[in-house]
Amino acid sequence: MNELYVGALINGLLIGAVYALIATGLNLIFGVMRVVNFAHGEMVVIGMYMGYGLWRLTGWPPIATIPFALIGLFAMGYGFQRWIGNAFVARPQHVQFVLYIGLALVITGVHAVIFGPDPMGIQSAASFDVYRVAGLRIDATRLHAALAACVLIALLWAWLRFSLTGKALHAAADNLLGARAIGIRTNHIFALAMGMGAACAGAAGALLAPLYDTQPYLASEFTLLAFIIVIVGGLASLPGALLGGVLVGVAEAFAAVVIEPSAKSLFSYGLLIIVLVLMPQGLLGGRQGAGR
Amino acid sequence: MTGKHPSLRSDRRRLMKWAGASAALGSLSFPALVRAQSGPLKVGVILPLSGVLSFPGIATRRGTELAVKMFAEQGVTLDVTYADYESKPENGRVVAERLIRDGCTILIGAWDSGATISAAQACEAAKVPLVVNVGSARQITEQGFTQVFRNFSPSDDIVAHGVQRFKEILRPGFEPKTAVVLHVNDTFGQATSGAVKALWEKSGMGIRIVDMISYDARARDLSVEVAKAKASGADLVAPITRVNDAILIVREMVKQDYNPMAIYGPSSPGPYEKAFTDAMGKYANDYLVSVPWYDASRALTKRVLDRWSKAYPDGRFELNSGFGWESIQVVADAFQRAKSNRSADLHEALRQTHINDHIMAGGPIVFDGKGQNPNIGIPLLQVQNQEPVVVGPKDAAQAAVKLPMTRWSERA
Repeated sequence: MNELYVGALINGLLIGAVYALIATGLNLIFGVMRVVNFAHGEMVVIGMYMGYGLWRLTGWPPIATIPFALIGLFAMGYGFQRWIGNAFVARPQHVQFVLYIGLALVITGVHAVIFGPDPMGIQSAASFDVYRVAGLRIDATRLHAALAACVLIALLWAWLRFSLTGKALHAAADNLLGARAIGIRTNHIFALAMGMGAACAGAAGALLAPLYDTQPYLASEFTLLAFIIVIVGGLASLPGALLGGVLVGVAEAFAAVVIEPSAKSLFSYGLLIIVLVLMPQGLLGGRQGAGR
Repeated sequence: MTGKHPSLRSDRRRLMKWAGASAALGSLSFPALVRAQSGPLKVGVILPLSGVLSFPGIATRRGTELAVKMFAEQGVTLDVTYADYESKPENGRVVAERLIRDGCTILIGAWDSGATISAAQACEAAKVPLVVNVGSARQITEQGFTQVFRNFSPSDDIVAHGVQRFKEILRPGFEPKTAVVLHVNDTFGQATSGAVKALWEKSGMGIRIVDMISYDARARDLSVEVAKAKASGADLVAPITRVNDAILIVREMVKQDYNPMAIYGPSSPGPYEKAFTDAMGKYANDYLVSVPWYDASRALTKRVLDRWSKAYPDGRFELNSGFGWESIQVVADAFQRAKSNRSADLHEALRQTHINDHIMAGGPIVFDGKGQNPNIGIPLLQVQNQEPVVVGPKDAAQAAVKLPMTRWSERA
C-alpha cells in the first residue's frame, strides 16, 4: 500500500512540475502587464502539436521539440503583443478579455482546420520506459518532462534575476511610470513578457505531448488549470506558480487514491476554494512577486 | 347596430388570415408528404465521427457505407446522410432533430448509449424509427420508447453471456479468485459495471470483486487508477473501456509491471480495434473480451469480408463495422417490405423484421415488443498476434485460448 501512496506522490510531483511551467508563463504575463492571457491553454496545445508533428516527421522524442517550441511560441507571443496586444494594455479589463478570448478561439479554430478534431497520440517504444529506483517504478517520459520543466523554470528565474532585461521586466512590473521615466521601452518589455509566457506554455505543451493525446479542445482545461495554480500559489509569484503546480498535481493524485479517481478535479477546485477563503492573495502571493 | 360586433369582425379577419396561412402551408407541406411517399429512402446516420470516440465511429461508418454500396448493387437505393455528434452524448438529440428536419424518415445510430438515448427522444417526438447500430445500456429499450429498434445486445446480456464463456475457460492453473473492475463513468460504463457487479456475484464464478475503480470519460492519465488496481492484488483485471482508455490502461500496466493472471473486458470496446493493437503492439496480446462478433463461417460474412478487404485494405472488420453493415441491412429489408419511405410504414415493417441471413453471430434478426433483438450471439475473443480471434464457445473457436497471460517483461 505504501508503494501506492509513494507512487501517487511521485506522479503528482512530476506532473505538477509541468503544470508549474504552464502557470509560470501565465504568471509572468500577468505580473508584468496585469493582463490575463485567456489563450494560454491554446498556446500549450500549439506546443503539443509541435511535439506530435516532430515525432511523426522524424521519430524524435517530443522533448527535442523544446527549442522549436520556445522559439516558435516566443515569436508568436512577441509579435502578437507588439502589434496587437500592446494597444489593449491600458484598456478596460473587459476589452482585454474579449481580445484574448478571440485569440484563443482563433488558435483552436486553426488547430481544428489543420489537424482535425480527433485525438492524436504518440505511440512509441519509449512510451513504456521506466526507471527503477528503490523498488519504485518511475515513468521515464514523465520524469524527463518534469526535469525539463524544472530546468526551464530555473533558467527563467535566473534570467529574470540576473540579466539586465530581466531587471527591466522587474522595473516595469513594479512601477510602470518609473520604468518609462528611466527610459525602459515598455512596449518592448510587454511584448517580451508575452513572448516568454507563450514560450513557457509551448515548451510545456511539447513535454505533455507524449503523456496526453493532443486535440484542439484540450486548451480550455489547461487555461483553467493554470488559473487554479496561479490563484492557489499567488498571483504574480514565480515560486507561487511552482508551489501551486506541485500542490495541484499532488492533490489530484491523492484524491484519485484516497477518494475516487473520477473526483480528481473536484479536489483541485476544492483546494482553490479553501485558498480563496483563507488566503485570498494565494499561498505565496503576499510575500514575493514575479519580478518584484 | 348596423355592423357586426367588432370582436366578431376581428375574429373573422383572423380566421381568414389563419385559413390563408394554412392553405399556403398546406400547399408547401402536402407535396413534401407526397415526396416522402415515393423515391429513395432518406436515412440519417448519427455517429461520433470526431472526438474521443471517432475511431469506432469511423469504423462503424465504413461498415455502413459498404452495406449501402452492396445493397445499391442489389437495387435497394438509400440516400444516406451522416451526422457527427462530436463524441458529445448531449448532442445526440440536436443532431437527430436536424436530420429529421432535413427529411430523413428513418435514423440509425448512435454508437454511444448516452447519445442514443438523447437521439431516441427526438425520434420519439417526431415518430421516426431509430435503428440502434451499437449502444448497450439496458435503458435504451427500457424507457418506453416506441421508435427504437436495437440490433445490439444490452450490456447485462453481454456480461451474462460473458460469464458463461469465462466459466468455460477456467481450468487448473487458471482459477482467478479476485478481480478489480476499472470502468469509465459514462452511461455505458455505469450500466456495464453495474451488470458486472450484480451478475458475477450471482453466477457462482467464484471470483470476488475487490474494487470498482471509476474514472472520467475524458481522463488523460490513468496511472493512479492502475496503481490502485495493482495495489488491490487482484488476479483478474476487468476493464470496461473505450479504445483510448484501453490503451492508457495497458500502457500503465506495462510501466507499473502489473501482471495479473488475465485482462478480461466484459462487454468492453477497445481491445479488438485496430487503433488498440497498432498502439500496443505485442502488449495487446492475450487481452480477453466478450462482445458480439461476426460469424466468419457464413457465406454472407465471407462476401462482406472480401468486399471490406478490397475497400479498406488497411482497416479491420470488427464489431463496429459489422453492426454498421447490419444496420443498413435492417433498414433496407424494412424499406423493401414496406414499399414506402413513410416513417409509420417503416416502423410497422421493422416490427415484422425476420432476417435469417446476416453476418453477426447469433440467431435471426427480430425485434421484440420493446424493440430489442434478443438473438445476438456473444463469443469470447482474445487478441493473439495482434489480431482478435474467437476462442469460445468451443464450437465457434478459431484458436485455443492462451492463459494465464504472458508477463509483460517476457514478451518477445
